[in-house]
Amino acid sequence: MNEIFMNIGFWVLGITAVVSSLFMVTRENPVHSALWMLLTFFAVAGIFIQLDAEYIAAIQVMVYAGAILVLYMFVVMLLNPKSTGFIKMPFKVVLGGVVAVVLFVQILMTLMGTGVIKSTQLGNINYPEGFTNVKAFGTVMFTQYIVPFEVASVLLLVAMIGAIVIAKKD
Amino acid sequence: MVLAIVFTLIKILIIIVCTLTGVAYMTYAERKVIGHMQVRLGPVHTGPKGLLQPLADGLKLMAKEDMTPDMVDKPVFYVAPFLGMVPGLAAFAVIPFSENIYVANINVGLLYVLALSSVGVYGIIMSGWASNSKYATMGSLRSSAQVISYETAMGLSILGPVLLAGSLNLKEITEAQRGLWFMVPQFVAFVIYSISAVAETNRAPFDLPEAETELVAGFHVEYSSMRFAMFFLGEYANMYVVASMCAVLFLGGYTGPLLPPIVWFLIKMLAFMFFFLWLRATLPRLRFDQLMNLGWKILIPIALANLLITSIVVYAIRN
Repeated sequence: MNEIFMNIGFWVLGITAVVSSLFMVTRENPVHSALWMLLTFFAVAGIFIQLDAEYIAAIQVMVYAGAILVLYMFVVMLLNPKSTGFIKMPFKVVLGGVVAVVLFVQILMTLMGTGVIKSTQLGNINYPEGFTNVKAFGTVMFTQYIVPFEVASVLLLVAMIGAIVIAKKD
Repeated sequence: MVLAIVFTLIKILIIIVCTLTGVAYMTYAERKVIGHMQVRLGPVHTGPKGLLQPLADGLKLMAKEDMTPDMVDKPVFYVAPFLGMVPGLAAFAVIPFSENIYVANINVGLLYVLALSSVGVYGIIMSGWASNSKYATMGSLRSSAQVISYETAMGLSILGPVLLAGSLNLKEITEAQRGLWFMVPQFVAFVIYSISAVAETNRAPFDLPEAETELVAGFHVEYSSMRFAMFFLGEYANMYVVASMCAVLFLGGYTGPLLPPIVWFLIKMLAFMFFFLWLRATLPRLRFDQLMNLGWKILIPIALANLLITSIVVYAIRN
């Protein structure tokens, strides 16, 4: 019974994610694109919850939907760009599309080959006694992967300072 | 399984009905309280002591003509009120009203509420943009800047109680305050939270997005009838959410002697709601640059310092 519910949930969320991201890249109005992107974020967050990664799901909504996409909307509304007419399919777009599809298939083949995707089943993760998702995440992040984590945060700090320097040039 | 789903649906229904009633009577309380603070009476004519006023207002809003201006972006214009209201109501799912009264007890309850409150801003941005009107656009631009700024301060101040409780689960945070409310050791965080909660819900003195005197009504100027009412419901539901969060994080939630837990929770929540009304009757609206300075140059540095000190103390005590 539970299995069936999980599967129905997965297919609904997965199809929503794929369809809304397709809408996102095909809308001519950038604000509409941003709103479809919002729906994609929510669907992906739902899939994270199904994988017992509720921390990542909450952070996904908070950071991507709540902060980054709001900033996009902010910029788009201030600039109010007119439609670029990219639907007409010039040569460059077709070429870009072909390259993207080839790269995507390449990534898919690599993933299938290395067994990174170990199982297609949606399963519960068995955390040790007294461990929640957040605790497990923090433990791994601050012991095993402390160096990549710190490197990423320094990178973000550099980007932030760079943005301030560029904005305050004059 | 099916029984569990039905049971959950009933719980959700009860909480939504209570919230909507609460919202309706908060508009009444607002008019009464501010009226008395300004030596007026507030509504008195509809029903005994004006108690039926919210019902009359609701009926009036429902009976009004629902107008859609010509040049709006229709799909976005129609969706925006829902996005303004739904996050506010959905946040109630994880709030523990007492030991047993809650819809869901999830491990990342606090993050869930924060995530929903950060999504709430879309209702404002979308309505402002879709209305295709200068006032509405100005209002929503102001609002998005304001909400993003104060959300940072709010998130940082919330981390203080989380560090003390060692959990993101709202019920565990409440239970950790059995001996001492977090308001005492985290007084700085409490003050920062209160200020940013007011800013986050776009209430006076931070109600720049809807400043009547300069923007007529800001983002919802083109809306009428039920669509307007939905923005209203969303705003008040959000006030209830931040008030409940304040009760849970700083005031000990449902814990307290003698009275039943749910009563303690309601007292604490309503005290914070009263604080909202009190502020509105007392303080004039801030200027936009003052608002940004307060957020970025005062609240966020203090919240960061508070977080640093709290972490050091907690680390020292735990080891």
